[in-house]
Amino acid sequence: MILSHDIPAASYWSVRLRTGRLLRLTALDDGAVCSALIFAASDPVDRLNVPDTLKAQLSARIRPPMVLMSDRGTALCSVTGSSLDWHDCLTGHSLDGHAEAAGRSSNATDRNDWRRSARYGLLSELRKHGRGPTDLHGCVNFFAKVAIGDDGRLAYDPRHATAGDWVTLRAEQELLFVCSTAPHPMSPTWAPGAVRAEVHVGTRYGPDDPSVTFRPESARALAAAKAVTT
Amino acid sequence: MTVLIESPLRPPAAVLDRTVAAGDGYVGRIPAGGSLRIVDLHGNQAVDTLFYDAGNLANRYSAFDTIREQGSAYLTTGSRLLSVDLDPLVTITADTCGRHDTLGGACAQESNVVRYGMHTRHQHACRETFLRYGAEVGIGARDLGHNVNFFMNVPLTPDGGLTFANGVSAPGAYVEVRAERDVVVLISNCPQVNNPCNGWDPTPVRLLGWWSA
Repeated sequence: MILSHDIPAASYWSVRLRTGRLLRLTALDDGAVCSALIFAASDPVDRLNVPDTLKAQLSARIRPPMVLMSDRGTALCSVTGSSLDWHDCLTGHSLDGHAEAAGRSSNATDRNDWRRSARYGLLSELRKHGRGPTDLHGCVNFFAKVAIGDDGRLAYDPRHATAGDWVTLRAEQELLFVCSTAPHPMSPTWAPGAVRAEVHVGTRYGPDDPSVTFRPESARALAAAKAVTT
Repeated sequence: MTVLIESPLRPPAAVLDRTVAAGDGYVGRIPAGGSLRIVDLHGNQAVDTLFYDAGNLANRYSAFDTIREQGSAYLTTGSRLLSVDLDPLVTITADTCGRHDTLGGACAQESNVVRYGMHTRHQHACRETFLRYGAEVGIGARDLGHNVNFFMNVPLTPDGGLTFANGVSAPGAYVEVRAERDVVVLISNCPQVNNPCNGWDPTPVRLLGWWSA
């Protein structure tokens, strides 16, 4: 293991990942959420494109062994494993209004338990990397589930993830991973949870890798990533 | 249940009346209170559309905030299309199609390669049109959020599936939006020929606009 870092509840963090590294996220509390934006670190423009990821793999949720794809049609990372078969990617991250619904909060009154939205955290972390509001794009809410009704109605499932649930992502090119552990915007209560992030060395994958064999689209995105990293 | 709502606005009174050819695009400004109608002239034609706050292009349409706040994955009459700051940009005021997608994104030459193979790398795509017309008003690649696909049918299933289905639109079907503030609208009349989103045959659409110049 290269790095282990516990992201407190309702906080934010970022990490750069070299190609091939494995990022393992673990919920440390029931109901934890990790709202994440993913960028190609070596490209000022390229970033996670959730609609392209979904339509290429005919899915409305993120699950193993899907490949998360960029605007430029390259694999950013592969979901190599998870204790959950559903990570929400349809409903965005929380804004200041969601945090304020639990009452006003500030550093002056609440010190480091100050309630800050995912937007606050993601923008704070993006600015450290010279990025800003134009880099906000569809996010993945790891550990969250928003159920889809027959008529397209959306319903947040507050009992989806419990402490110990995990997901692993294999970086398919050099990445910037930016995340917030603020509650999901559809959560009826302000009940954030902490998330452990570990970076592991990872291993090379072969042609029988589940993400390669999942769909031809997944394999082509992985091949496109190989083309920009070798 | 799908509810179809017609508009009282009459084409002869429109200040904008323009046909957008198959595979072409449009960029323009709609003043607050103005109405824009998009007519699917031949049926089953996806119209990829982005909206921006004309006073602050960073305050752009947000598909995921929009569907979360309305609690439903599809757009129809009454849907308020929100920006990244949750400001209403436009409201759908009439819709004779019944349902529109905002999760399927726009086709791109690069994503066409992922979906269909390298032989599609040089086929025309919505992202090309967005970049070409967006450049006229200062909208570049980083400013392209996730768009609306008017007239496109992308059903979701309770088990988390997503498919591209045959369109639910028909010749002459239209959707109309009212600007809730001054907005910039950026349109790509989708040139995709590799899936049923345009009935395998892209066709022109008509734009009609009503506002005081």
